[in-house]
Parts: sequence; C-alpha cells; structure tokens
Amino acid sequence: MTAAVFSTVQAQTLLDAVALGSIYALMAIGIGLVFGVLRLVNFAYGQLVMAGAYALALTQNVPVVLSIAVCFVVVLALSFAMELAVFRPLRRASPTTMLVATFAVSYLLQSIALVRFGAIGRFLVVIPQLTELVTIGGFHIRWITIVTIVVAIAVFGVLTLFLTRTSIGLQMRAASIDSDTARLLGIRANAVITVAVLISGAIAALVAVILPMAVPERVLVTPDYALRETIIVLVGVVVGGIDRLLSATLGGFAIGFAVGVLSGFLPSSGSWPFTSSVYLDSAVFMLVILVLLVRPEGLFTRSRRSAVERV
Amino acid sequence: MKLARWVELLGPVAVLVAVGVVGGMSFVSPDRQAEVLRALVSVAIVVSLYVFVGNSGVISFGHVSFVAVGAFAAGVMTVPVSLKPTITPGLFGLLARRSVGNVPSLVLATVVGGIFALLVAIPLMRLSGLAAGIATFAVLGVTHNVLGNWTKIGPGPLTLTTVPQTTGMLQATVGVVGIVIAAFLYQRSRFGRRLRAAREDPAAARAAGIDIHRERLWAFALSGALCGFAGGLLVHQAGTLQVGDVYLDLTFLTLAMLVVGGVGSLWGAVVGALAVSALDSFLLDAENGSVGFVNDLLGRPARGGGRRLVGVAAFMAIVLILLPSGLTGGREFRLPSLGRLRRTRGESAA
Repeated sequence: MTAAVFSTVQAQTLLDAVALGSIYALMAIGIGLVFGVLRLVNFAYGQLVMAGAYALALTQNVPVVLSIAVCFVVVLALSFAMELAVFRPLRRASPTTMLVATFAVSYLLQSIALVRFGAIGRFLVVIPQLTELVTIGGFHIRWITIVTIVVAIAVFGVLTLFLTRTSIGLQMRAASIDSDTARLLGIRANAVITVAVLISGAIAALVAVILPMAVPERVLVTPDYALRETIIVLVGVVVGGIDRLLSATLGGFAIGFAVGVLSGFLPSSGSWPFTSSVYLDSAVFMLVILVLLVRPEGLFTRSRRSAVERV
Repeated sequence: MKLARWVELLGPVAVLVAVGVVGGMSFVSPDRQAEVLRALVSVAIVVSLYVFVGNSGVISFGHVSFVAVGAFAAGVMTVPVSLKPTITPGLFGLLARRSVGNVPSLVLATVVGGIFALLVAIPLMRLSGLAAGIATFAVLGVTHNVLGNWTKIGPGPLTLTTVPQTTGMLQATVGVVGIVIAAFLYQRSRFGRRLRAAREDPAAARAAGIDIHRERLWAFALSGALCGFAGGLLVHQAGTLQVGDVYLDLTFLTLAMLVVGGVGSLWGAVVGALAVSALDSFLLDAENGSVGFVNDLLGRPARGGGRRLVGVAAFMAIVLILLPSGLTGGREFRLPSLGRLRRTRGESAA
C-alpha cells in the first residue's frame, strides 16, 4: 500500500474495511464452530451478541471490568441454555427444521428484549478511550480499529492451537468430520458440542464488547441489535465455505471487507440501481450470487468436491 | 384420480371456505374480520411458498421477493392516476399515466411474480443445499434494496397508500382456494411427482431419468407466480404497503408457519398458517384484556407492548422442538374415520 497509489482517504477506507472484516470474521468463527460440530446454522447468534450488549448497557455504572464480566456470564449462560433447550432436542432433526427453530429462538429473544427494554435504543460505549484517534504515519486511526484487528487474529490463533494441540480440540475436529465414527471411538458428543457452543458464546460476548465501539451505527443497543451483522456474516460464511473453520472465517472477513470497500467507494448519489451507495446491499448480494454460482462449495475451499454432485 | 385423493384437496378447501364464510358473517366485528383476512392472505403466501419448498425439499428465503414485486406491481397500478404525483412522485411516465382495475392488477401481479421467479431460477436452480438458501436470500436482499430506493418503479422509501382495499372476504377466500387448487394439481401432476421423487432420493430420481434442475426451475417459477398473486391479495387487503412489510419479518413468519404445519404437505402449509394466525389473534385479544381466563390467570389483562410476539415465537420454537416434522407430520388431510381403511385399500390396489 504505497502513498503513490492510494490517497490517504482511500487507505483509510481500506483500513476501516479490514476492521469491519475482522469483526465479521470473529462472528464467522463463532457460527462456523457450532456448524462444524452440530451441522446447525445458528441464526440466533446475533441475539447472543444482543444479550451481551444489553448486559453491558445496563451495567455502565459499575467498573468496566465487572461490566464485561457480567456480559460474558450472561452470554455464556444463554448459550448453554440454548444448547440444552433447543440444540440438544433437535440433534436428529432436518437442517431446515433446525434453522427455522433458531429463527424462532431469535425472534423469541428479540421480542423478550422488546417487552423488557422497549424499542428505544440504549447508548453504549464500553471503553471510551478506545474510540479516540491515534495518528500513525499520517493516518488517523481509532484505537478500536487496531484492537479489533488484533483481537480477531488472536482469537483465530488461539482457537487454531486449541483445535490442533488439545485433546478436546482434536475430538471436536473428529466430531465435525464424522460424528458417528467419532462417537464409536468413544468421544462424548454432548461434551464436545457443549464446549464448542460455549466457545462460540464467548466469542459472541467479545463481539458484544467490540461492536458498539467499532461500528458507529451500533452505539445504540436495540432489540434487533446485531441482526443485520448476523445475516451478512451467515451469507459470508456460506460464500467462504462453511465446512471448514478457516474458509468460514475468511468468508466472514471477505464480506466485511467487501461491504467496507464498496461503502467507501460507491458515489453517494445516482438515480439508477447499482450506481450509488444506497444500493450497497444490492451490490454485495449480487457479488454473493455470482460467487455462489461460480464456486457453490465455497470461495476458500481447497478443491472442488468429488465427481458425484450432491443435490 | 381416486376419491381419497380428492379428499386431500377438499379438506383444506373446506376449512378455508368455512373460515371465509364464518369470518364474513355479520356478527363478526370489523377488527376480527380484518384478522381473518390477514390469516387468509398468510395462508395464500405460505401455500405458494410450499409449492417450491415442500415439493423440492430445498429451502428458499427468496419467495417474499415475489410477494413484494407482486404487491408493489398490483398496488402501484391501482392507485388512482390523479393521486400518483403525490404518492409515487418519481414514477416512469408510462406507469404514472395509467391505472388498472382490481382483477387486471392481480393478473399483473401473478405475471410479474412468475417472470421474476423464472429469471431468478434459471441461474440459481443449479445450486443446492445451503448455497441455494443463501443465494435465494441474496435475491431477497437485492429486491428489497432496489424496491426501497428506486422511485421510478414504485414509492421507494415512502409508503404506498390509497391502494383500493378490494380484498374482502370473497376475494380472499376465492384467491386462497385458487392457490390451494393450483398447488394440489401441481403436486399431483407428473411434474410435481418427479420433483417429489427427487426430494426423497436424488440419486434414484436421476437414475430414473429425472432432470432435477429443470423440475426445480418450473416449480420455482410456478411458486413465484402464486407468490406474486398472493402479494396482490396482500396489498389490496392492507391498502398501504412499504418495503419493510415484505422483507425479513414476513420471510421468517411464513417459513416458520410452513415448518410448524409440516413442510412436506399442502395440509401442513394450511394448518401451520391458520394455527399461527389464530394464536396471534388470540394473544392480541389477551393483550386487550378481552379473554376471560387469561385475565383470571394473571389477575389482570396481559397488557400489550409486544408480549404477544413472545407468545407466537415461543409457540413456534416449542412446536419445532417437540414435533420436528410439524403439526401434521408432513401428511395430507384424511378423513379421520375412513383414513386407515382408505390407506390400506389404496396400497393393496397399487
């Protein structure tokens, strides 16, 4: 990235796009991990983030460390409850039923939040210092941008070590490749799944801490908090390749990056479709359709599936 | 076709006609009549969705796009010409100078929905599984975004109002029965049977010479046309429409109705849509304090503020957890007393 090619503004746009991609990558890890062991697309993932954000918003008068601890406790408890009450009874159900059941859970949690906290958003900035600007080499970067990127890389690194170097991590990978054989070999499926769900929940709590600071529209916590992000990340995860954690994560990053770049570079006015930034969503979704048509098994998967096509 | 086969059609039709006739009687309050109309329109959308999702086994998040284009086509073309400059200021000249009546607008909605679905299906029906689901969702995203911003073809971000409310009890009942009959005839046709065979066992179906992608393509287009028609019914029922009304909430609600009823059968689609609508109406009454035993139970009316949404979502989640294949278990309507007899006879004859 040289100054001769990019103006400062464009470099800034790219950096913001990388930060947005990092948040989406975090959510993609959370969704991809649960999909790996359960074959379940958890649409209610955004509501875990929502619950965490409400926990933070309601505890803003206590020390920030305590507030973040409350957020983690709430989100982990909710993840565990979801696993016990919804995922476990639906282990053998069809993928469609599981997905629609998580819609229902998502709507249940949203409507509970609506009844309990109302539709008016609550202002939330977890650590105000992190939203301040720092100047590095002529760029104005907010601390949170740096923190987000570092956290995403760190989480992915730690998780990779966990999955390749620990016994339960190896069991998790075995269960995600072939759950029946894994069970025959003595892996306790429920234990492995519960651990995966809890790790995924911990990542949701982390997103709840970062998201309100990193994305300007998300400083207000509402009942549909993080719903839009969840949808975009789900799309990204499938585009990237949901079968493997790395490709799912890269898919989440790629769609966040694409959203960031397109919103920076599309002109702000134009009367025909696809010519201005109000058509950002259309542009992203058209791109998604194109990628899916060219590589239906995922953009970042290593090779095409075997000759027998699954329908 | 055997009599028992027609019973599968007559059951849902009889239930819907009964709902329409009772709902239209004079002792039913106007508010309740509006709820019945909304329920019938919901059945229309869910059955249209079922034609593709139920028969093919492939989930689609995109069908509300066809409802949306049908609804906006029918709505924009029935707003009186004199009001168009205020309601839809940016419209193309051709659209702005012309309006049509109720029936032509419903035909238009069907045609627009069907053509759009066909165009979408040509590239997308090559996909399957999650990729297909996400691609259809992307179609919904594009449709929503374009309809919400492009003021040359509709109201854009504004609300479309002054649409004639021609979907009364008669039009809703006739419309939804028409959709049910179309769905039934399709699933009993050779095309429907091929698609259902492919749903049950793709490899065997392909070995038997079925072109799965082509069958899906036609089912998708038919389903899209019916969705467009249902969208026309919707806009003429509501009288006003904005893009948010035909987006995520409607997508999830209709999919949930279908899965709650039982995704594999026409009867399931009808039962699911009616059951969830009925629960919604009941909870609305409970919020208003007009259901005696709920007041007794709580010691007070269960006052509003979206509590009924909690009830509806909890109901859907509980049904799916306890009965993963839905309320009907994916079976078609049968007369309870004769069902077993007919089934055994049918099997021995086959």
